[in-house]
Amino acid sequence: MGQKVGQQSVSFSQPPVITSSATIVGPEEGAGPLAQYFDWVIDDPLFGEKSWEKAECKMLEESGKLALKKIKLETQDADLFLAGDLLNQIVSANYSARGLEIPFFGLFGACSTFVEAMLLASMLIDGGFAERVLLASSSHHLTAERQFRFPVEQGVQRPATGQWTATASGALVVEAQGDGPRIVGGTIGKVVDMGITDMNNMGAAMAPAAADTLLTHFKDTGTNPDSYDLIVTGDLGKVGQKLLIELLKKQGCNPADKLRDCGLMLYDTEKQDMHAGGSGCGCAAAVFAGYFYSELKEQKYKNILLMATGALMSPITCQQGESIPAIAHAVVVSS
Amino acid sequence: MVAVKGNNEQQQEQENQREEYRLLVESVKPKHNILKNCVMAFLVGGTICVIGQLFLDFFISQGLGEREAAAVTAGTMVFLGAFLTGIGVYDQIGKIGGAGSIIPITGFANSIVAPAMEYKREGFLFGVGAKLFTVAGPVLVYGIITSCLIGIIYYLLQ
Repeated sequence: MGQKVGQQSVSFSQPPVITSSATIVGPEEGAGPLAQYFDWVIDDPLFGEKSWEKAECKMLEESGKLALKKIKLETQDADLFLAGDLLNQIVSANYSARGLEIPFFGLFGACSTFVEAMLLASMLIDGGFAERVLLASSSHHLTAERQFRFPVEQGVQRPATGQWTATASGALVVEAQGDGPRIVGGTIGKVVDMGITDMNNMGAAMAPAAADTLLTHFKDTGTNPDSYDLIVTGDLGKVGQKLLIELLKKQGCNPADKLRDCGLMLYDTEKQDMHAGGSGCGCAAAVFAGYFYSELKEQKYKNILLMATGALMSPITCQQGESIPAIAHAVVVSS
Repeated sequence: MVAVKGNNEQQQEQENQREEYRLLVESVKPKHNILKNCVMAFLVGGTICVIGQLFLDFFISQGLGEREAAAVTAGTMVFLGAFLTGIGVYDQIGKIGGAGSIIPITGFANSIVAPAMEYKREGFLFGVGAKLFTVAGPVLVYGIITSCLIGIIYYLLQ
């Protein structure tokens, strides 16, 4: 049985194994530097469907099926499906769960959803409540834009701090037994709000939550940045990453060259004109399930700390002048 | 009283922390290049206006009166804005031109056609019908209110 470590962290006695992964990404992501690591690049953002919402749902469902298929499993072989996305009522997750017919918990942690799902899946497996969990999260640029910002054809300029919601979906199969990288522990984040109200600067809203979770993780587990090959954040982007480094330095912690950000890895931010970088539930999902999973399997990295951050914003409360609460969850994955 | 004071102090400290963080955010935030934005807005907006002027001159040369020619020009420019939005070009112009392509009447057309395209999947009633003016709505509301007020002032001054 696993145990609680310190204030907010957990460690698993029988670390659950990530036995399979699958990714589906959109055209921009497929033109980025990580293209070769993705299973399926779709050229058409509609994915042959009638609406972008349907397309996102299909991406989520297909990535789940593909992750199971890769290890020759059917949907009924999974005990549990954990999924989430950015849309109101997490519709992509709900509709894909309808198609998959696996017992389902829907999650919302904004862009932190993927790691939230990894952490919960591991806790459920190590606690003996499930043997095999399928988890996935997705985002779609065009569904997110219309919900959070402007109609797509609207001729507006994106601010330099703005991030590009990724069209991407990533899925993992996590099991009690098997071969593959293991989830050895993690830290459950607190909601942190430092008063940022700018919906176009999510990196700034999320950086304090990232710093809080990271420092708590080090304190709880007695580790430091040198304990890991890499510290991978979800989608802080350029601005958020700079802020995280500043916040950590203030607390006497220097992550130096250990920091990576999925939002900055998914695109060639300069060439593809992605401003502060990528974001969305699918961003960390696709970069981890695609790139990092493959590098961990090949032992290129021994252990990484994956920490996805989520800006838990709603356009309604933001318009009412509320600031943006944010959260960050972390998991330690060892090859 | 002591507890209340403690709360206030805590609140004050939180405020200070937030203010400190706000300053940090300002210091790392990438700055807009105002000069470049202004020049691009001038060039793009200017080009749109020149095209409008060419149409106006053309319609006048075809024998229309100045008032009629202005109305036909506005209609033509709205059509062009809507058309370029429909074929997915206007948002690209907007990316370069900023205010230069938002302010002219073509920008107004864009702000109505873009939601119309966006929300047609939600149906003609609750999609297109209800959401058509999500972007242009504030412009219309306050534009009409302002013109009414100015009309009243003009009337009173006469």
